[in-house]
Amino acid sequence: MTQTLFKPGHTACAGCGQAVGARLVIDTAGKNTMIANNTGCLEVFSTKYPESAWCVPWIHSLFENCSAVASGIEAGLKYLGKKDAINVIAQAGDGGTADIGLQAISGMFERGHDVLYVCYDNEAYMNTGIQRSGLTPTLTNTTTSPSGAGSLGNPRPKKPMPEIAAAHGIPYVATASVGYPQDVQKKVKKALSIKGPKYIQMHVPCPLGWRHESNMTFDVAKLAVETGLYPLFEYEYGKLIPRKIAKIKPVEEYLKVQGRFKHLLKNPDAVKQVQAIADYNIQKYGLNAEA
Amino acid sequence: MKQFVEGSHAIAEIVKRCRPGVVSAYPITPQTHIVEGLAQMVADKELNAQFVNVESEHSAASVVLGAQATGVRTYTATSSQGLLLMAEVVFNIAGLRLPVVMTTANRAVSAPINIWNDQQDVMTVRDSGWVLLFAETIQEAVDLHLQAYRIGEDPRVMLPVMVNMDGFILTHGMEVVDMPSQEEVDKFVTPYSTTYKLDVDNPLTMGYLADPDYYIEIRYMVQQTHQELLTIIPEVAAQFKRQFKRGEGNGLIEGYHLEDAEQVFVAMGSVCGTIRDSVDEFRSKGKKAGLLKIASYRPFPKNEIVKALSRAREVAVVDKSISLGGFGPLYTDLSAAVSSMGAKAPKVSGFVIGLGGRDITLQSIQEVYECLSGKQVDCEFIGLKKELLAEAK
Repeated sequence: MTQTLFKPGHTACAGCGQAVGARLVIDTAGKNTMIANNTGCLEVFSTKYPESAWCVPWIHSLFENCSAVASGIEAGLKYLGKKDAINVIAQAGDGGTADIGLQAISGMFERGHDVLYVCYDNEAYMNTGIQRSGLTPTLTNTTTSPSGAGSLGNPRPKKPMPEIAAAHGIPYVATASVGYPQDVQKKVKKALSIKGPKYIQMHVPCPLGWRHESNMTFDVAKLAVETGLYPLFEYEYGKLIPRKIAKIKPVEEYLKVQGRFKHLLKNPDAVKQVQAIADYNIQKYGLNAEA
Repeated sequence: MKQFVEGSHAIAEIVKRCRPGVVSAYPITPQTHIVEGLAQMVADKELNAQFVNVESEHSAASVVLGAQATGVRTYTATSSQGLLLMAEVVFNIAGLRLPVVMTTANRAVSAPINIWNDQQDVMTVRDSGWVLLFAETIQEAVDLHLQAYRIGEDPRVMLPVMVNMDGFILTHGMEVVDMPSQEEVDKFVTPYSTTYKLDVDNPLTMGYLADPDYYIEIRYMVQQTHQELLTIIPEVAAQFKRQFKRGEGNGLIEGYHLEDAEQVFVAMGSVCGTIRDSVDEFRSKGKKAGLLKIASYRPFPKNEIVKALSRAREVAVVDKSISLGGFGPLYTDLSAAVSSMGAKAPKVSGFVIGLGGRDITLQSIQEVYECLSGKQVDCEFIGLKKELLAEAK
C-alpha cells in the first residue's frame, strides 16, 4: 500500500480507529469507487472546507441518508451504463447506521442496490460527545448513559445490526475489526466481488470516547475480539462463517484498559454479566477454536 | 398535440419527454397519479430511466440527490407531509447545487390531517434555496416543467426547481392541454451535461464541512444566483414563448387588467383563475380591478412587482397558507417589496383563504374586495364558519 486514496493531514484524533478503518476500506476498494458518507466524525475530520482527504469521488449529504444517496448513485451509474466498472460504498458510524439511518439502510437492502455499506462501529455518538447509541454495549458509561449510584451505565444490549442486515436476505454480511487489518481487506475485497447489497460492520476503537491510551487502539480492538465481545463472522449467502479465537481471554482484560468500563471493575456481578455476553457470542457464532 | 387529459397524466407525459435518467418517489395523495404514470412508462419501456421505489420521501429526495450527483437528470414529486419529511434533504439538494426538478402537488399540512389543497406545504421549504414556480393551469404546469429543467440546469444557476401545482384542482382536474411532442421537447430541453459530478476520473468532494470562515459566503452565493435568476427566468420564458407560441407574463409575474387597475389582487396558483373571473365581473360593473399573478415565488421578483403595482391604490394579497402567529407568507414578502415605494406605496391588505381545500368562490373574492375599502387588514381569514368557532368555545 504505497499510495493511499485517503490522504494524511486530516484532523482525526491520535489513535482514531475509524481513520485507519476508512483508509483500509478505500485502499482495498481502489480508485474506481464512489463514496456516500453520513454525517459523523469521519465526515467532519476528512472534509473540512477547502481541504479533503479523499482521492475518490465522495459525497456527504446528511446524518441518516447515505444508504439512499448511495442508492441514487448506483441508479445513476446504472442509467449511464457504468455501474459494473465502479464500486459504490455507503459509510457511516454506528448511530448513523443502527439508529437514525436504519430505515434508509433497510430500504437500500430490500431494493437490492449493488452497494457496500460499511458501518464504523465505535459504539457511541463520538462526534457529538460520547452519547449512547443503539450499538453501545451493555453497561457502558457514556455521557447519556452515565454510571452513578443508581446506574451501571447503558442498560441495553447492542442492537444485533449484522443479523438485521442478514434478515434482509442480502448476499454478504460481515463483522470486522480494525485490529485485524488483513481480515478487513479480505472482507472488503470479498464483499465487492459480490453483486447486490453488502454490509460490513467494523469495530473501531475511539481513544477519546473509550478512554484508552491512543497508542492502544489495535490492542484494545484485538482484546474485544479475543474476549468474544466483538465476534468476527461472515454471513455469506446466509451461511455463517466465524473467525475462530485461538485463545479466549476473560473480559476483564478488555474492560480494565478502558475508562468507559472502569465503574464495572469493582463490581463482580457486573463483570459476570459482561462475561455472559461474551460466552453467549462464543457459543452462538462458534468462536472457540479449541471447541 | 391537443389532448383532454388529467393534470397528473399531463405531468407524467411531459416529465417523460424531458428524459430523466432516474425517477424516485414515495406515494402520497394527491401526487400519486404522476409517479404511477412514470412507473408505467418505465415498465412499458417508453421511458429509459431507473425508477427507484423508496421507503420514504426522505429517501426519495436522497436518491435523486445521489443520482443527480452522478451527472444524471432526475425527477421526483411529493406533497404535504411528504415534503415536510423531505425538508432536510430539500435544503441539502439546494446547498449542494444539484438541479433536481420536483413537482409538489400542493396540499394542507397535518394536524388535522387533510388531503385537500392549500399551499402550506411549500412554505415550509420556502427558505431552502429552491426555485419555486407556481402553475395556474394544467397547461402552465406542463410548460413550467420544461422551463424548470432549463432554468435549474443552466450553468449559471445549478439549483433545484420545484413546480407547484394545486393538489386535486390541477393534479386531478381535466383540461385540454397542448402537449409538446418529443421532438419539440428535445429541442428545448437538451441533454444534461456538467463537470460538477461524481466522476472517478476527476474525483470531487461534495458536501464539505464549512466552518464560520466559509459558510456565509457559500450561502450568499445562492442568494446571488437567485438575483441572477431574475433575468434568467424571463430569458427562458421568452425562449419558450418563441418556440411554443404560448405563455403569458415574463416567467416571474403576469398581469391581468393591471394597466389601469386601482384594486389589485396578488395571488399564486390556480386561485388566479377564479380571481380572473372576479376581475371580469368587477370590470363589467365599472370597477378598476386587476390581478398580479406571482409565477416565481423564489426568486421573489421584487422590482417587477413594484413596477406592476405603481398605479395601484389598494392591494389584496391572497394567501393559501399562513405563518401561524404571523401573516400569510406572500403578504409578508409583498409588504417588504412595496416598502421601497415610500409614499407612493399602495395600501396592502393580507387575506388567508381556502385552507385545507375550503372552496374559493367568486363570493370569496367579492368578500376580499369589499374589505379593501375598509380598514387595512393584515391577516384576515375569509369564509370562516362563525358557528363552528362559537361551538368550539
